[in-house]
Amino acid sequence: MPLRLERQENISPLRHAMAPVVAALVTLVVGAVMFVVLGHDPLRAFTIYFIEPLGDAYMLQELVVKASPLLLIGIGLAFCYRANRWNIGAEGQYVAGAVLGSWLALATQGTEAGPWVLPAMLVLGAIGGALWGLIPAFLRVRFGASEILTSLMLVYVAQLGLDYLVRGPWRDPQGFNFPQSVTFDDVALMPLLMGEGRLHGGIIIALLAVVAATFVLGRTLIGFSIELAGSAPRAAAFAGFDEKRVTYGVFAVSGALAGVAGIIEVAGPIGQLQPTISPGYGFTAIIAAMLGRLHPVGILVASLVLALTYIGGEAAQITMRLPFDVTRVFQGTLLIAILAADILVRYRIRRVEGTTHA
Amino acid sequence: MEDVPERPRALLEAVKLTKKFGSLVANDQVSLAIRAGETHALLGENGAGKSTLVKMMCGLLQADSGELLYEGTPIVFHDPASSRAKGVGVVFQHFALFDAMTVVENVALGLPGHQPLPVLAARIDDCVRRYGLGVEPYRRVGELSVGERQRVEIVRCLLGDPRVLILDEPTSVLTPDESENLFRTVDLLTDEGRAVLFISHKLDEVRRLCHRATVLRGGRFIAEVDPQQETFGSLARLMVGADVPRTPRVTAHALGAPRLLALHLNVAGDGSRGSTLRDINFEVHAGEILGIAGVAGNGQTALFDVLSGETEVTDHESIVIDGEMAGGLSPTQRRALGAGFVPEERLGHAAAPDMRLSDNVLLTTHGDGHIVKAGIIRRATLFGRFQEIVKGFDVRFGGKDPKARRLSGGNMQKFVIGREVLRNPVLIVVDQPTWGVDAAAAAFIRTTLREHAAQGCAVLVISQDLDELLEFADRIAVMSEGRLTTPVPVAGTSREAIGLAMGGAHHAGGEGSHAA
Repeated sequence: MPLRLERQENISPLRHAMAPVVAALVTLVVGAVMFVVLGHDPLRAFTIYFIEPLGDAYMLQELVVKASPLLLIGIGLAFCYRANRWNIGAEGQYVAGAVLGSWLALATQGTEAGPWVLPAMLVLGAIGGALWGLIPAFLRVRFGASEILTSLMLVYVAQLGLDYLVRGPWRDPQGFNFPQSVTFDDVALMPLLMGEGRLHGGIIIALLAVVAATFVLGRTLIGFSIELAGSAPRAAAFAGFDEKRVTYGVFAVSGALAGVAGIIEVAGPIGQLQPTISPGYGFTAIIAAMLGRLHPVGILVASLVLALTYIGGEAAQITMRLPFDVTRVFQGTLLIAILAADILVRYRIRRVEGTTHA
Repeated sequence: MEDVPERPRALLEAVKLTKKFGSLVANDQVSLAIRAGETHALLGENGAGKSTLVKMMCGLLQADSGELLYEGTPIVFHDPASSRAKGVGVVFQHFALFDAMTVVENVALGLPGHQPLPVLAARIDDCVRRYGLGVEPYRRVGELSVGERQRVEIVRCLLGDPRVLILDEPTSVLTPDESENLFRTVDLLTDEGRAVLFISHKLDEVRRLCHRATVLRGGRFIAEVDPQQETFGSLARLMVGADVPRTPRVTAHALGAPRLLALHLNVAGDGSRGSTLRDINFEVHAGEILGIAGVAGNGQTALFDVLSGETEVTDHESIVIDGEMAGGLSPTQRRALGAGFVPEERLGHAAAPDMRLSDNVLLTTHGDGHIVKAGIIRRATLFGRFQEIVKGFDVRFGGKDPKARRLSGGNMQKFVIGREVLRNPVLIVVDQPTWGVDAAAAAFIRTTLREHAAQGCAVLVISQDLDELLEFADRIAVMSEGRLTTPVPVAGTSREAIGLAMGGAHHAGGEGSHAA
């Protein structure tokens, strides 16, 4: 039976806003089916996943710790996606930022370097991420290469580069051959915000990014040019906005924010370089950006929801012996559901009768 | 509207169709009957509801009330496929053809079922011979002129053997010659007993071609008349509700300094049709309107893009705006020199269809200094300018600040022209100012440009509507295959000479220029 998508005019703002909510409900239904198939009581699983983490002060701190990188990366991705540039490689930019920032931490290790180290590391993190993000931008502008492919492939380059460093030149000589760097000095670590727990200054930087991005995207000519380049490229050229500059700009911002998220994570909860420094934040942030409607405040909410799937996933691993892949399945289902909901808000499915060649 | 007994009965009839979009009533109890063997005109201003009516008659839109009769019995078309099945074919103003494919492949895509391409090509040849349409089945659509593309669309429709053929503003993209050919085809079709609905705002065509005419105004049925019995003036009055103002030609005004110079302007192009410019030379002075005539696809778009700064030109000295070498400047820098540009394509080029109308004001005004300050958009100022454009240029739409895509073509054009004029430019370059725009709005736009020229602005108008250029331009040049004839005063040339130059006979245009 042939089906056809037809564009709908006059979409109410309410319908547009409800799409993420519907997507979340669909995800829950799919999740329930999955738990039943795995032989678990879905209600108990949902309680462990989504309710229990919210009742515990330590867990709430963890929630914010996990939401911060998602938020920072997601805001950067919103710049790209609004401009219709599809940066899929934030994970690589995150690693690149972490590596360049960590270089300073390791170079000043054991010296008398003062409190300037951490701010300088953050700046280096931003530069590292931005440079890594500018590679796919350059390839697109210069050669017309699809940024979707190049940015994704550069993720693996960055990850393997990090792997080489922590197993080779940057390995801690006193580390019993474990593939990790020395633990950073105090001046190279994110300050903790509370006496107990792991809540660190990263969330403040992320919230500043929310405010700044809301302003830039909503009130400035730069934000307008990004939106216009994504919405109508020919009109953007007519208006005098150079599409190359837009491409470089959004990839630089996106990469810089991912890089900052990377160095914050290494200088915060982890405290040293190791082969794996991210549970896929760079990819999960794509979901956060889409779920948050590419609006910084929306991404803030979405990041908290997605952080909850991480925390709940860890809890379920411990109490229910569920594999961590269940969390991945949740996140993936959520992304597919939100993309489908977006299409179904804007289009309606019509059955085409009579022909098989539609 | 007495029923004359000898007239054939209606094939397709709309009875009191009403369609509302929010608070806007696009069609208010509109009735229309199309009869076999007749060419029926649908006349009306922009926003009069012609498109809405046509869309309801072919199943693209569903009426809120009223009904459609097919040979006297009520029928409901849920989609265009079901109207096609009943023999209702539509050729829209905007073609749905794939440039990279051949004619026969494009036709195959539009037909239900599957036919081997050679069989289909033979059918196309057959149809072409029968109706004198001039289409080669194996040519790539990308190489075809607009007129040829339209013929492809008509052939595609005719292969479905329609009993009712609806043509939406078919002549707006054709040369006088091509229009004549189309009229002959339409006459052949009605001789065979088919019914044709001919949508137009060109009154002379309607009087030349159509047996009956239904006039709409403001979404209401105004009259059904015999166009042969009417005069130009009486039809225009029905359509507009008042006398159509002719554009006042200001004959005696002093020309000022040259505001735009093209000096040996060359563009290499990418090999596709109309992308090359060869040694273009002209100057536009303050106070005058220079018209560039020509059939679509002869380099007009390339010329516009290179003047607006969207395509780069290798020789920076080949474009001079208000005394400054402008060939190397960006569109924003050219606007800062006092230039204003209005491209042909309203949605997607002049405006972003999915952005609000007020945001679309920013496209050309962001560099002017008071709407955007220090990179920050001043919403109140922006909205003030938006209101000025809407009020000053009578832009009509539903809602407070809709997306650009929801405006009718004529209203969008008034908005885009208003956006430039209110910037007080010293130079306006406008491509197809009244394309697909009704008579009243077109007259308004021409008058606006005329007045602006009289105030010392230089105006360059690129248009495929020769009558328009003859009506309101001071000098005229013809573009053909990337070349431009020497501009000559309109008074010193003839329609025939220009028509020949449009067809590529450079000598004819040359003679005109020598005569000047």
